[in-house]
Amino acid sequence: MLARLATTALVGLTAHPVGVEVDIGRGLPAVTVVGLGGTAVLEARDRLRAAFGNTGYEWPDRRITVSLPPADLPKQGSGFDLPIAIGLLAAAGSVPATALEGLWAIGELGLAGDVRAVRGVLPAALAARRSSARLLVVPQANLAEAALVPDLRVAGATSLGQVGEWLDGRADLGRPGSPPDTPVPPVEDLTDVRGQALARRALEIAAAGGHNLLLIGPPGAGKTMLARRLPGLLPPLEQDEALEVTQVFSAAGLLGPDAGLIRIRPFRAPHHAISVPGLVGGGQVPRPGEVSLANHGVLFLDELPEFSRMASEALRQPLEEGEVTVSRAMASVRFPARFALIAAANPCPCGHLGDSRFACRCSRTDLHRYASRLSGPLLDRIDLYVQAERLTAEELAGAVEAEPTAPVRARVLAARALQRGRQGTENGRLASTGLAARCQVAPSARRTLMAAVDRLGLSARGFHRALRVARTVADLAGADRVEDHHIKEALGLRHLPIVGDREGQLV
Amino acid sequence: MATRHPADRGELGRRGEALACSWLTAAGLRIVARNWRCRTGEIDVVAEGQGVLVFCEVKTRRGDGYGTPAAAVDAAKQARLRSLAVAYLHATPHRPCRVRFDVVTVVWPRHGQPQVEHLKGVF
Repeated sequence: MLARLATTALVGLTAHPVGVEVDIGRGLPAVTVVGLGGTAVLEARDRLRAAFGNTGYEWPDRRITVSLPPADLPKQGSGFDLPIAIGLLAAAGSVPATALEGLWAIGELGLAGDVRAVRGVLPAALAARRSSARLLVVPQANLAEAALVPDLRVAGATSLGQVGEWLDGRADLGRPGSPPDTPVPPVEDLTDVRGQALARRALEIAAAGGHNLLLIGPPGAGKTMLARRLPGLLPPLEQDEALEVTQVFSAAGLLGPDAGLIRIRPFRAPHHAISVPGLVGGGQVPRPGEVSLANHGVLFLDELPEFSRMASEALRQPLEEGEVTVSRAMASVRFPARFALIAAANPCPCGHLGDSRFACRCSRTDLHRYASRLSGPLLDRIDLYVQAERLTAEELAGAVEAEPTAPVRARVLAARALQRGRQGTENGRLASTGLAARCQVAPSARRTLMAAVDRLGLSARGFHRALRVARTVADLAGADRVEDHHIKEALGLRHLPIVGDREGQLV
Repeated sequence: MATRHPADRGELGRRGEALACSWLTAAGLRIVARNWRCRTGEIDVVAEGQGVLVFCEVKTRRGDGYGTPAAAVDAAKQARLRSLAVAYLHATPHRPCRVRFDVVTVVWPRHGQPQVEHLKGVF
């Protein structure tokens, strides 16, 4: 007998509809799975057999053929267990075939017949709604995630036995409760950061204009503390942004059980030993990497010079285009990767170069090598360079009360509102063509900028970057035109502090 | 008529094959050969009917504690039966227009009646 239902296959962030056809025919006992199933899909045979036995269902000892159309779409993962099991129950006549009408299912089976969580349930639910599914059955642990999609009936399963009884009309599945109110963890506050007036100002400008930022300073200056406070300065996630962030986490399998919509901006701080696939995404059917997990949030690269050259090069496309393409034999996938970049670096390998109280122990060769690792395409994409100073005893003692996040955030949001009203995008994303006209530069400010090009050797790219930053500085001040002192502050933030044997260059 | 239980395993197999043959005959097939041997092995039963030559593997078990008898006919056994069939066709003057591979399973519990199942054209 033949049974039919539907499920999905995850490719990148998109789930594609996949049919599940199960036929039990006469012949020698065998299970054949056709339709380009990966290893985990083929292993479903063994999980299913054990799950049937331990649930008390008789395994149909006949010729079982499972087809997963479309036959040319590669399928990976264990989410096919549950739909195949349901198809088998119906094909064996254990449950009425009419119960499978318009039914979609996804989930992994344990040997005991328990239904386990899988990744990519949110994309699957979106696909099911697009195809007007009557009902989507998901693992109970993924139910909250599936329930995020409006206008789709979803149900949660805990075991194969429960699903069988439900198909038979003898039991019910878990139904979604009210949408879970994801507790928003307290955002780390800027008031905890002592001193660092210049770096705090740079962070505010970075948040206001969507500029990428490089912090350079000795160990313990508070670079990481500052970076962690950037998400708190950014506006809250819009509904569609939140859904996209949640989709990426779902596809990466990083949503915890009973996780609802992610409402806070992600902060990702990958270690500098990360591989290229870990950073931009990879795998036979690619999974998102750190740049995509940081989408709509902050990507923090601590110890920037320690990242491999390959890894830094791989950041070029996401930084320029706000997305990343990962091509593999089985699929080519585009992931969103629109993040704010904050990088941090020590001034030299030992960390004490330029420090009056500690002697730097690096050789000239060390310094040269260190500086050369910072060059390259990545540096070109960074708008703001700032020195984070070692704290004084007075600052450490906390005698001076630092400004908390709330007022800074208010200024940032006001500046962002100005930009949206004027050009619909952040200053950091303005195109170079016609930039000077858009930025409304005052004549005196223009002269200052030209002088910088002439005398300080500012490059064309540096010119444009300084202009964008100056526009953000003016927006933070609520000024219509970019004035002289805005340009000067911007130029000051384009001055590479001491790094290795490089210093004082305008870049 | 109560069938006496076969004592040892060789005896069980022979009795199973005999039972299978009578089953096949009852199904309208003519038995051409039994236990046909060559260097690579043995074909349990060769039968013929309606222009089809049937190569038949008979599998007899006491119960299905170690899986059903049919499940014991795995890919290696199927491949061996195919090559045996080729050898048989070379060695005999049979020129059938079609051949078929069947499996007859016999489940013969220690105290009880044997149950026969005839799976046609299984590989």
